[in-house]
Amino acid sequence: MRDPATPTAETPTSAERDELRRQGILLTSIEEIYNWGRSRSVWPLQFGLACCAIEMIAASMARFDIARFGSEVFRPSPRQADLLIVSGTVTKKMAPQVVRLWNQMPEPKFCFAMGACAISGGPFKQGYNVLKGIDRYIPVDIYIPGCPPRPEALLHALMQLQEKIRGQRLTGPSAPPHLQAGAACDCPVPAFGGHDLEPPKNPALWQPPVLVRKEGA
Amino acid sequence: MSFSLPSPLESAPGARVRAVRDPFHGDLLEVSMGPHHPSTHGVFRMNVTLDGETVVKLKPVFGYLHRNHEKIGENASYLGSMPYTDRLDYLCSMTNNWAYALAVERLSGQTVPERAEYLRVILAELTRLLNHTCFAGFILQDCGASGTPLMYAFREREKILDLFESLSGSRMMCNFQRFGGCRADATPEWLEAARALVDGYGAFLDEFEELLTGNEILMARTQGVGRLPAKLAVGAGITGPMLRASGVGYDLRKVDGYGVYPRLDFRVPVGADGDTYDRYMVRVLEMRESIKILRQALGTLPGGPVMDPKARLRGFRAKPGEVYSRIEGPKGEIGFFLISDGGPNPYRYRVRPPSFINLTVLEDLCLGHSIADTVVILGSIDIVLGEVDR
Amino acid sequence: METPDQIRDRLLARFPGASVAVVANPGPAAQHSLLLGSGEARAMAEFLRDSPGLRLDFCSNVTGVDWLDREVTDVASKTIPDPAGGPPKLVEQRTKRLQPGYLEVVYHLYSVELRHGPVVLRLRTGNRSDRVAVPSLTPVWRSCEFQEREVFDLFGVVFDGHPDLRRILMWDEFKDHPMRKDYVEPDDYEWEPTPHADVLAKARRHYPAAAPAAKEEPAP
Repeated sequence: MRDPATPTAETPTSAERDELRRQGILLTSIEEIYNWGRSRSVWPLQFGLACCAIEMIAASMARFDIARFGSEVFRPSPRQADLLIVSGTVTKKMAPQVVRLWNQMPEPKFCFAMGACAISGGPFKQGYNVLKGIDRYIPVDIYIPGCPPRPEALLHALMQLQEKIRGQRLTGPSAPPHLQAGAACDCPVPAFGGHDLEPPKNPALWQPPVLVRKEGA
Repeated sequence: MSFSLPSPLESAPGARVRAVRDPFHGDLLEVSMGPHHPSTHGVFRMNVTLDGETVVKLKPVFGYLHRNHEKIGENASYLGSMPYTDRLDYLCSMTNNWAYALAVERLSGQTVPERAEYLRVILAELTRLLNHTCFAGFILQDCGASGTPLMYAFREREKILDLFESLSGSRMMCNFQRFGGCRADATPEWLEAARALVDGYGAFLDEFEELLTGNEILMARTQGVGRLPAKLAVGAGITGPMLRASGVGYDLRKVDGYGVYPRLDFRVPVGADGDTYDRYMVRVLEMRESIKILRQALGTLPGGPVMDPKARLRGFRAKPGEVYSRIEGPKGEIGFFLISDGGPNPYRYRVRPPSFINLTVLEDLCLGHSIADTVVILGSIDIVLGEVDR
Repeated sequence: METPDQIRDRLLARFPGASVAVVANPGPAAQHSLLLGSGEARAMAEFLRDSPGLRLDFCSNVTGVDWLDREVTDVASKTIPDPAGGPPKLVEQRTKRLQPGYLEVVYHLYSVELRHGPVVLRLRTGNRSDRVAVPSLTPVWRSCEFQEREVFDLFGVVFDGHPDLRRILMWDEFKDHPMRKDYVEPDDYEWEPTPHADVLAKARRHYPAAAPAAKEEPAP
């Protein structure tokens, strides 16, 4: 099956389409206009964890104005949200709730790991109650480094996400999992154990990086 | 409320809503608010038992942001803990830095140059302005004024953050104070910008107060709500604006007289009723006093170094001993308790978190009020979860 | 304000036979503390709160400290008579003994009414394993309520008479007391890019040196 978004001799290139648009003719495909609409209305979950949440609020305020990107509608309910911004340190006590929130969000959904803590535990990596990266339990689309990242970094991540959404296929083998029959979308929720979370990671999503250590190092 | 509960209503973690039969008063409803809730200021959780809409029991649940600050502090060098203090109360990194720096200075008997003392006062009062402005925005958000007051508050916050950024290099996590002084000196241009901000802040407060203080909805939602008697407040260890709203004029800037506060002229506003409205008003009045302090400190800032030349930061060791040292943070008494065994890192590193201890009376304040009021009362305590759970 | 020695004398006058001692603080801050025996600690705390002249109505800070078992060396000098009839010899005897560890709870008290402080109280448990109970001071100062729960959670000190002693920061199923000095945290970070010695040792445990030779970097 031909990939519908790949230009061929019959389909106009984007430059030609821009030229046609200037002349009042809009050429598009269902996929393109669907992705265009989705990418301009990413509704984040109103969900703050720690310091980064303050910068997330700042991003939605007057100076940075996330509304320019169509994402000012912070939804308190995960049922209405498209984007989970994990903004801050995920503790082991909080991790099951974050995974539960992620499972409650409808597809298509995306996840940002905002800040060093959400990426890897960050400065609190040595903490006994700190989860060393939310990607051990849920799939992360975009990592935003910083401690905390500036609001501009969050906006940049949002633009990257819009790029990603615009590039998504609705059909074919590269379609996102929720459009493929039989693919699992829910992540198992970890349980509180006597010393740690059980299991300590979701092995289907995360494995420790393969390191090669030099002899004698 | 003059009836007894039928049985202890212990809630399992994750329980949502459970109805319990009470033969005399219909159903008691148990609601778990949080840890993901739009109005709990982070990952705070309250297990509330309701009779109709009235709160009959409220148990706070902590620990969802417990990131082991104290354990990490015991394994880090004295200097290495300074950036972690930024992340305690992440709205007020400058005062946290000061509290920690002062504790280490008292542990080791260090002194601080005059200019650094003034700079510390300036930065602490700017932090107080920032915190109280955001508080006013957030509590109005909790009352249902979605957006507008918070937008005003964050507009002013950005101006103060610009000052912090140009001085320390970071907007929120300033990591600026050191034991023995401050990390960098303020340039004349910076001081000029700070003066301009302070001069303009009064006009912003006038505008803000015209919008809010006489607002009928704010008064209806907050006056007489969540009254805190002075005796209970002192016994429960309440500090900061919340204690002063209950009529106790206990301000560590006056009582302990740390820094150069004894040389500055300011008053301590106290409330009369101890209700939520008073807690709002005390903070607004404190901002006016902070502007007064800032004017004096910026006007009389002496010259000289900002760092004690003898101070040693890397490889710092304190003589064996211990100290508890506290300052008046924007949220209350923030203290550090350090025990040194002579090693490169403290043997015991403890933070006295004001907003954690201020939550002791949350249940007392909320009993008998409606569930919607718990949100406003919680907002008036002004918690930051980074400090509550550490 | 009265010195810790004066407060101790007042306490002993009011509670004869009680165990009160002043623990000196050698540091420049010189905040000396009062070590109270567990038996009458609560009554003494009430006395400190209510007695005029002290009125310590504000308990600011409650915290735990974990003191591990440690070896101490006692030095005793002894004179031994010389069997040959000469002058007696002075001999230093060094004995090593194991001082058992204990958990300590520290209270920092201030007076809002009289604006003085701090007065530091200490309570000690018998050991670190089975005799870990001290009386709770929550009935005296309400502000101890959450902080004593925190000490119970993180240090494992059991407070007798606390109205609601549950874990506060960690989850209820958690079994350890993580602020103790000998707590071993779950080994759950597999890789850490910092050059700290203990972190590298941990990385070595995770990645045994059986590395394929082809991927090995050239030695500098």
